[in-house]
Amino acid sequence: MSRYTLATSIFNRLTGVGLSLGLVLLVYWLCTVAGGPLAAARAARLLGLPAMKLVYAACIVAFCYHLVAGIRHLLWDTGRLLERAQSRRSARVVVVVSVALMLLIGYCVFVLGGRSP
Amino acid sequence: MSLRTPLRRVLGAGSAKEGVHHWLMQRLTSVALVPLAIWFVVSLLALPSLDYTTVAAWERHGPTPLLLILLLGVATWHSQLGVRVVVEDYVPAAGARTVTLTLLSFLHVLLAAAGVFAVLKVALGGPP
Repeated sequence: MSRYTLATSIFNRLTGVGLSLGLVLLVYWLCTVAGGPLAAARAARLLGLPAMKLVYAACIVAFCYHLVAGIRHLLWDTGRLLERAQSRRSARVVVVVSVALMLLIGYCVFVLGGRSP
Repeated sequence: MSLRTPLRRVLGAGSAKEGVHHWLMQRLTSVALVPLAIWFVVSLLALPSLDYTTVAAWERHGPTPLLLILLLGVATWHSQLGVRVVVEDYVPAAGARTVTLTLLSFLHVLLAAAGVFAVLKVALGGPP
């Protein structure tokens, strides 16, 4: 039963690469703000497109997962939780905690905010 | 006694002795990113709106520009280290791998420089 740990490892890479793309989006956004009110307003139309909500949702999923799974990796680096049963259990903890975090941030952004970043 | 064959030695194949540095930097940037990334998300969520005036005011306020620059620097560094491993693992052809790694290094430096420049422009430039 190593599928659980295998999947968490692959998903960590996948979300990492996703966050690299998210970083491009973040820098683009910062550049449009640096371009002044007109440039920011022009970019806001693009960033506010309904389809962009999917991108933001993907960024939230990737961020939450990579953060929690990354902390698991840091714990491993201290030599803890390396036994097979422990790593299976921590894989579940990572999924549960990161999904909870996704729901929390998703709720703040899409329900409370109702705005697009 | 070295276990490497003479041919390997001539070709310079084998450990470049840089693996430890890469490993360590990947961990150090991870540790730094935990508080930086949480700060970034929480402070974005705390903004009442994401229109130009609010965001520009936020970028000028107190420690925000400093933390943003740290976040951009550490995040691009971490991204560069991570993406590098992915390319090394999944691009088998040496030529394509070298070209991809070179392009990705340039892109990451460009990303960091553009981000830092954008933050400084807003933070240090007066009201538009």
